[in-house]
Formats: sequence, C-alpha cells, structure tokens
Amino acid sequence: MTLAMEQTPRLRPGFRFQWEPAQNAHVLLYPEGMVRLNDSAGAVLKEVDGQRTVADIVETLEQQFPEAGSLAEDVGDFLKDAEQQHWILFT
Amino acid sequence: MNGHHAMPAGDRPGIGPPLWLLAELTYRCPLQCPYCSNPLDFAQTEQELTTEEWVRVLRQGREMGAAQLGFSGGEPLVRPDLPELIAEARQLGYYTNLITSGLGLTEAKVKAFRDAGLDHIQVSFQASDPELNNAVAGSRKAFDQKLAMARAVKEAGYPMVLNFVIHRHNIHQMGDIISLCERLGADYVELATCQYYGWAFQNREGLMPSKAQLQTAEAEVNAYRERLAESGSAMKLIFVTPDYYEERPKACMNGWGSLFLTVAPDGAALPCHSARLLPIEFPNVRESSLHSIWYDSPGFNHYRGDSWMPEPCRSCDEKDKDFGGCRCQAYLLTGNADNADPVCSKSPHHDRILAARKAADHATAGLEELTYRNANNSRLFFRG
Ligand code: SF4
Ligand code: SF4
Repeated sequence: MTLAMEQTPRLRPGFRFQWEPAQNAHVLLYPEGMVRLNDSAGAVLKEVDGQRTVADIVETLEQQFPEAGSLAEDVGDFLKDAEQQHWILFT
Repeated sequence: MNGHHAMPAGDRPGIGPPLWLLAELTYRCPLQCPYCSNPLDFAQTEQELTTEEWVRVLRQGREMGAAQLGFSGGEPLVRPDLPELIAEARQLGYYTNLITSGLGLTEAKVKAFRDAGLDHIQVSFQASDPELNNAVAGSRKAFDQKLAMARAVKEAGYPMVLNFVIHRHNIHQMGDIISLCERLGADYVELATCQYYGWAFQNREGLMPSKAQLQTAEAEVNAYRERLAESGSAMKLIFVTPDYYEERPKACMNGWGSLFLTVAPDGAALPCHSARLLPIEFPNVRESSLHSIWYDSPGFNHYRGDSWMPEPCRSCDEKDKDFGGCRCQAYLLTGNADNADPVCSKSPHHDRILAARKAADHATAGLEELTYRNANNSRLFFRG
C-alpha cells in the first residue's frame, strides 16, 4: 500500500498531540495511554492538522530542515506506520 | 522512524515525575459490584475533598508533569462539581478520562462534559445481556442505561471505550460481549478479568474463572481478533488475563511510585488504588503538597528501588523486570507486603496461588452467594 501525496492525514478522534515540558518532548495522548515521541515523529505530527495533504507536510518540513534533503520517503513511511498504529486516519 | 523515547528524569535522581494522576472523587456509587476495587471499609471514609482542594491537587500534579488524568470512584458522576473539575483539568492541559458505570449519565451531561473539554468516557459493563449484567451490578435498570450512554458517547464525538469486568459468571460470553461492542461501534474494548483486591479478594472463590474457562475465552478472543484484522476494523481488544494463572508476576504499576499517583476521596495519596490496604502510612493532600508527597514521603519511597527486597527477589536476575510483583497481592496472600508476589513460581508462598487455581476448578458458588459492595456490607467489614 503506497501513500498518495494528495491524501490528508488527521488525528483519530480521541487523540491529542501536545508538547510536554516535563518530558521535554511532544506526546500523543489517547484514552488511558500516552506515547512520548522522538524529535522527528514530533515534527511530522505537528503538521498533521486534517487540512494539509502529505505533499504540503513534506514541503513544510523540507523548508524547515533544508539540510535533510528530500523527506518524502521518511515522512510517508512514518505516516503509514502511524496509520497502522491507529493514531491517524486519511481522507 | 521509531516514535518512542526513554522515560524522562524528574526532580530527584532516579525518580521520574508522576505522569498519571487518578482522582478518585468519591466512594459513593449506585451499583454494588462484588468485584469493586474500593476498600472494604469505604463507608467509614472521612469527608471528601472539596472542589477547591481538588483544583489545587490538579494544578500541583500538572506542574509536576502529570499528563493523563482519570476521574473515577465510586461513581464520579455523583459529584456535582464534576463539570467544573473537567474544565479546570482541560484548561491545565491534562488528557481527561472519565471512568463511569454510566448510571446517572444523560445525553445532556455527555455533551456538557464535551464542551468542558473532556477527552474520553469509559463506560463499564457487567455482562453482554441484561439479566446477568443487572444481577452482577445489583441494579435492575443498569443495562439499558449503559447501552444508551455508550451510544450517546460516540454520537458526541468521543472515542467509544467499553470496559467489561470478566469473571467466572460471564467469561463464557466473550464472543457475545465482543460482538455487542462491534455493533455499538466501539473503538476500544477492555476485557478485564478481575484483579483480586478489595471486594474482589473477598469474593475471589466466587469470581475466579477456571483454567479451562480462561483457555476457551482466550481462544475466542484470538479468533475474533483475526476476524477484526481481516475486516480492517480498528476496534482494539485489550484482554487482561488474571495473573493467578501466570508463573511470573506483573510489573505492578510499572514500579512503586514510578508513574502513577492516586488521590482517594478523602485526600489520601497512594502509589496505586488498592495500596490503602497495606499497613503503611500514606500522606494526605490536605497536609502536604503533591511534590513533597511524591518525592519525599516515606509512603511513596517505601518500595522504590530494590534494597527493601528479601529473597528470592533480592538475588533474582528478573527483579528489574517485575519489581517483585504486586505489594498488595503479597500482603493479602502472605501477610507481609515485602514478600515476593506469590504469583511467582519462585515464591515460597506460590502454593497459595496453586490452591486458588484448584479451588476455581471446583467452585460452585452462584452469583447470589457473593458479598455485594454496599454500605451495609462495608460496615460489617469495619466492625469485623
Ligand atoms: S466497581 Fe461497581 S460498585 Fe465499584 S465503583 Fe465501580 S460501578 Fe461502583
Ligand atoms: S523472585 Fe521476585 S524478582 Fe524474581 S521473578 Fe519472582 S517476583 Fe520477580
């Protein structure tokens, strides 16, 4: 299953993404659970707002991290993984 | 990319912050579940914390880094200040969970809580059919009300999380329970076999499933899981099996005073919701700040680390994995909370677990013989 660049990811209902100073990290909160995200996962999920497409997100991140080169593959892999974990949905 | 990190460090070397706060708002409850985890003598509990006291606890917890907040009880809905506490919690940035029997809930309340910022409502069921459900709950109207509220929760845009406490009188219904959840459109289903503390310990013989019952149920759950995966369903089944059938104990609460902090209705601060039964003095939020309770109180430091461990845990190479198991279980089954959890096959008290398994193979007690959780029975325990 490949991820189409024009798909739009959004967080699943009941999921919340936020910065936690005490953990010095972004976290994903859901019913009775919490995942502490590493920097790259946090950077991608921060852009997931249910409005912007995968292509938009890749573009934003490539501007933010010009030294990283092309991010399409990494971002796509992560989003697919996040979908499999049932953190996000695509429309 | 891998989304996970190691756990953070807190204010003291080796002690992380309490990331989970459980606010047991009250021990009052309209139901009488014979497996209730509340203390046997709950009816003797002193005055409940006031709204202001709870707000102070929530603020202090959030400042220390708590991110998950559970409102439970008893039945938290009996507190008229619940909407106010939800709003305060959400504004502080907590992810707020309401754990309810669904009794006393209305569609209007479900919506009002949503507006106040509640993230999730977990409705607990006793069985998949009205007769058995109502018999276990000790209430005649409970089942229909629960169904209606589960639907209202979903309609209001919350994830639907359903909880079934499993025991020998409903474990044969596993398939029916899961299919009921599927029809309701549940997102998460917790099939939680009783843990034997509080009222459940008192009623253990009448609640604990036999090994054969458990194996059938596990097979049923696994078959259902495969079907769900094939159909692409996102409904998640969480089956909590009884540790009485394990050879190693669970890593209780992820370690004493490591992640969880419970505040009981009267303000007692506990490392887990059943720790009250231990012969240890626990601090109260009326007298100390949550910060000093968590980091400095003797109660919370009592079983941190491993220097308190006697043999066989002391020289065991698995002690970092399970921390010697559950202190409450050790206390209930051996009379000394320092001992290894008897679930462990290395424990010299493991025979008590084996005896309970054997008893479960031959138990005949009906539901009507269980001791139901209500104020009259609670007073009996207090006197007794
Ligand atoms: S377990 Fe049953 S009796 Fe105990 S608080 Fe929950 S609903 Fe009430
Ligand atoms: S002996 Fe103690 S530490 Fe070792 S496995 Fe058993 S309970 Fe865990």
